[in-house]
Amino acid sequence: MCLAVPGKILAIAGEDPIMRVARVDFGGIVKEINLAYTPEAEIGAYVLVHVGFAISVLDEEEAGRVFEHLRVIGEIEAELGVKVRQ
Amino acid sequence: MKFRDEYRDPEAARRFAAAIARTATRPWTLMEVCGGQTHAIVRYGIDELLPAGITLVHGPGCPVCVTPVDYVDKAIEIADRPGTILASFGDMLRVPGSNGDLFAAKSRGADIRVVYSPLDALTIARANPDREVVFFAVGFETTAPANAMAVYRARREGSRNFSMLASHILVPPAMRSILSLPTNKIQGFLAAGHVCTIMGFEEYVPLASQFRVPIVVTGFEPLDILEGVYLCVRQLEAGRAEVENQYSRSVRRDGNQPAQKIMREVFRVVRRRWRGIGEIEESGLGLAEAYRDLDAETRFGLVVSREERQSDCISGLVLCGERKPPECPAFGTRCTPEHPLGVTMVSSEGACAAYYRYRGVPVAEAAE
Repeated sequence: MCLAVPGKILAIAGEDPIMRVARVDFGGIVKEINLAYTPEAEIGAYVLVHVGFAISVLDEEEAGRVFEHLRVIGEIEAELGVKVRQ
Repeated sequence: MKFRDEYRDPEAARRFAAAIARTATRPWTLMEVCGGQTHAIVRYGIDELLPAGITLVHGPGCPVCVTPVDYVDKAIEIADRPGTILASFGDMLRVPGSNGDLFAAKSRGADIRVVYSPLDALTIARANPDREVVFFAVGFETTAPANAMAVYRARREGSRNFSMLASHILVPPAMRSILSLPTNKIQGFLAAGHVCTIMGFEEYVPLASQFRVPIVVTGFEPLDILEGVYLCVRQLEAGRAEVENQYSRSVRRDGNQPAQKIMREVFRVVRRRWRGIGEIEESGLGLAEAYRDLDAETRFGLVVSREERQSDCISGLVLCGERKPPECPAFGTRCTPEHPLGVTMVSSEGACAAYYRYRGVPVAEAAE
């Protein structure tokens, strides 16, 4: 029910902020999506879409954090590993 | 697809699971709030990747499951009226009312339309000006802005034949209610990432400090959930109880402001009964006074509160995280998605349906 799917904005149309819509590409399937709740959305951005509405613009920088986190965990482990061996 | 496939990497998943195993020095019980997370956990076997001491219990976060029987009955009553069209999300059709479901009403001739978006219901209303079109609106905070927009636009267009049967619910009051149970065993939460995309996470701060539970706002992909568990366990091991945001690519502290503005305009907070759980103060959204004329209850009469019929279905206990689906004697035998006894088997996000469909699929195969 709370499923939301990421997609890439191909085109934007409409001046009225309530009626603004985008053509959004979901890995080959293109749908018209309402942008009323993401006024900051621009062409090329990825939005998270729920029941026909974009509910957020995905943050590219934050998106990599989980992998950064994993890398840091790995480094700490490596260091601990060295200490254990000493 | 970008923003999805990279979070399903089996090797990274194993590394997170190993980090959790090294961090945990004793058993911890966590609840994932949202049914979408439950679905992913069971589908990818995330619970089976975790060390034995870490237990994930499945929360009440399936709006279809907790929609009270009296609203389902009202929807069926409206659908059965000549000249009306009832529109709803597909999952609602098989939810049992006290006497049959919407699917049965449809097969005896009621005009019931499954829509993808609430705006589709408004389109149906425009195309059928001589008929009443009622949108049966369920959902958490994630769906509320979309549903609110249908009402907002109906008013702006001067629509005379569109109305909404609103059975919206809110997540934080349900979390408070679970934490207040004398039998509560939840020590940390993975909060629902899409609910928080709309609402932000300030409202969880008092919950975390009052009940001394870490609350980690978490996404829906396998790596999101594993990182959420990792952050939660790390807090528990350190004796911290804070709100953390794992799902920062979508969730901002204040949430989605334009969405909250329309929600405040169209809805008001009401007391709501949750199926299988009971009444919870200020746990739902109904239409605001200014939109009363677009409320299906104004046009077709108030929803009459009904007691749920007792059966041997344990979905209420499953929804509170007190029992797991396989502990039910009817699970997979007398109760299946084709012939559900309870709502947690009806909705694809219900814990019982997720266990029925996916149990045993290893993370490596499913992710590849």
